[in-house]
Amino acid sequence: MTLVRASLFITCYNDTLYPETGRAVVNLLERLGVELDFHPKQTCCGQMHANTGFRGEVFSQAKRLVRLYRDTETIVVPSSSCVAMIRDQYPGLIEELGNAELRRQFEELLPRIYELSEFLIDRVGVEDVGAYFPHRVTYHASCHGLRALHLGDRPFRLLAHVRGLEQVALPNLDRCCGFGGTFSVKNAEVSSAMLAVKLQDVVSTGAEYCTALDNSCLMHLGGAMHRQYAGMKTIHMAQILASTEASPAEATL
Amino acid sequence: MSRPAQTHAIPPHAIPPHAILDPALAPPFPVAVLPVLRNPQLRKNVAHAIDVIQAKRAKLVAEKADWQQLRAAASDLRAHALDNLGFYLEQFESQCTAAGGHVHWAADDAEARRIILDLLRRENATEVIKIKTMTSAEIQLNPFLEAAGIQAHETDLAEIILQLGDQEPSHIVVPALHINRAQVREIFARRMGLKDLSDDPKELTNAARHFLREKFLRVPTAIGGANFLIAETGAVAVVESEGNGRMCLTLPRTMITLAGIEKVLPRFQDLEVMLQLLARSATGERMNPYTSLWTGVTPGDGPQTFHVVLLDNGRSSILARPKHRQTLKCIRCAACMNSCPVYRQTGGHAYGSVYPGPIGAILTPQLMQMHHAQSLPFASSLCGACYEVCPVKINIPEVLLELRSEVVNQERHHLGRFFDPMYLGLRIANLLFARAWLFHSAQWAGRLGLRLFTRKDGWIHSLPSVGAKWTQTRDLRGLPSQPFHSWWAARARGAK
Repeated sequence: MTLVRASLFITCYNDTLYPETGRAVVNLLERLGVELDFHPKQTCCGQMHANTGFRGEVFSQAKRLVRLYRDTETIVVPSSSCVAMIRDQYPGLIEELGNAELRRQFEELLPRIYELSEFLIDRVGVEDVGAYFPHRVTYHASCHGLRALHLGDRPFRLLAHVRGLEQVALPNLDRCCGFGGTFSVKNAEVSSAMLAVKLQDVVSTGAEYCTALDNSCLMHLGGAMHRQYAGMKTIHMAQILASTEASPAEATL
Repeated sequence: MSRPAQTHAIPPHAIPPHAILDPALAPPFPVAVLPVLRNPQLRKNVAHAIDVIQAKRAKLVAEKADWQQLRAAASDLRAHALDNLGFYLEQFESQCTAAGGHVHWAADDAEARRIILDLLRRENATEVIKIKTMTSAEIQLNPFLEAAGIQAHETDLAEIILQLGDQEPSHIVVPALHINRAQVREIFARRMGLKDLSDDPKELTNAARHFLREKFLRVPTAIGGANFLIAETGAVAVVESEGNGRMCLTLPRTMITLAGIEKVLPRFQDLEVMLQLLARSATGERMNPYTSLWTGVTPGDGPQTFHVVLLDNGRSSILARPKHRQTLKCIRCAACMNSCPVYRQTGGHAYGSVYPGPIGAILTPQLMQMHHAQSLPFASSLCGACYEVCPVKINIPEVLLELRSEVVNQERHHLGRFFDPMYLGLRIANLLFARAWLFHSAQWAGRLGLRLFTRKDGWIHSLPSVGAKWTQTRDLRGLPSQPFHSWWAARARGAK
């Protein structure tokens, strides 16, 4: 296998709230022989500001991210909504900024940005990552992974090769969990109603873990599971894929 | 006056209090949803109705191998019509006029209402029968006519239910979807004086048929909308399911069509694309049961006086803005609301507009020229289901984001908003994200601050201010002691 180099954009959210996901990505990719790097100056892609209408603020964040990564070979991001932000919203923002040099840098950068499951299957070319996770698991297709990135069956293929893992299909897979970033507090009641409906489907699978490629949906679902003593946990897929017999998934709280 | 005891009466909480569908008067979305979310009957009715339609739609879309090509063609031809709207509207006007129709232009709702009232006065009309038209609800025509002494009779089954039940529409294609048949039975029994009526759909439909037949035969003036205006021929197209439209288009002496200016299609042939998409997207049918097309006036056949009122009412201002223009491509199929997880919980009334759901969330504030309905662009989790199903490919999430930034730009200068925790937090966050060391210090400070609220199990169960909106239904894990970047740095140091 030729050497693959990549730089991890952990995202502000995972850095702060879910460092175990980052550690799992590192363990997983290094196990697969990826030479991984981490840019210490990284912060945020601007998704939270963009989706809340703070457009003026997003420009500086988009500019910052493009300049930070302009010389990086490949960027891997364990968050589908942040990748969707860069793919779907950056082009319009950068067009609006009207800086030809920045646009050129962005256009060169864009094809080098991968969501984690894309990176594993499309870039590294691996479906069996040698993981072991002896649990019943259901996969939640986050809206951005499903409709913006069109991840398709990539997540299922990765999970299918995990030894000991029993996949259970989630009913109404294409339905939003109701998180939506600041939507979850600006329209907290509707968001909670959507969450209640989603949680019924998730719990009906009888799985021990609900996994996804985006910790934002998982924070929403996991927060409700914890509140309701649901007997179920959330876990980012990176942590399942990093898990082996010798080094099982880090126990999350 | 004493009322007879109603043994089968619906409990009063089952049908919500009168909804306000005037964006200038309606409460903001987060407030308007509260009574709805506590109404199990309404939520069940709405979810059941749209789940049924969505399942039918999905089945019929799957059988069209060229669905994506059809969507692309429809999107292109709607965009082309809008890019050349002036030309096609004038072409429609001259063709329709040549065929014996009369075309009127209304800049806003008040002008449209005045034109229609003048036309009705000329007919000495005291009653009018109506084909379902959301555009007439947009200009609040019925209450206006009633105040002027003209009784408007709706003839679409769902609209009859609403009119007799003193209800407002909660959907643009199936406006009474929030009402189930037990509730329909109650409304019909009470208003039609049929105390033995059962809730059998056949019997309910028959009751409506009898109720309507007399009006079709008696009232010589009709008002309707338009699904499409054909510029090339001057024809108007109306699609419907019940035949009430066909009755209104054949029996009366005078027909008045009220249509938004965006409804124009360049050529007759364009219907080939649009009609394949519309019924499948709207009701999950291969073809709608009735498609009526008429061009001006035909001697001895149908209404002998025909008027078209072309309504602007804010549409030109949408047209003038390139990113927003796609909003006007809409053909009112309602697939977006049927697929919307927000609408599924709330139904339509909470949107405070005759246009609810995702399309309403972008159309209403724009029709109001951003003076009202500013909460609607935020009434979405941005899940993208609406864009995926839209037959004319309106990128609703993209327009939602545009409108959100416009609302924030309006609000951020208000002193009250300046210190709003959400505004303050986002402005500060932007400063922090500009420098990694500032961001990292804020993580540290945030961890210390949240420690006050973190219980022994490591979770936060209750937060103040904006945080309370989260913790009202979800817990939050306390911040881990070591952010990822510190772990990485420590690991790199250890490796050396």
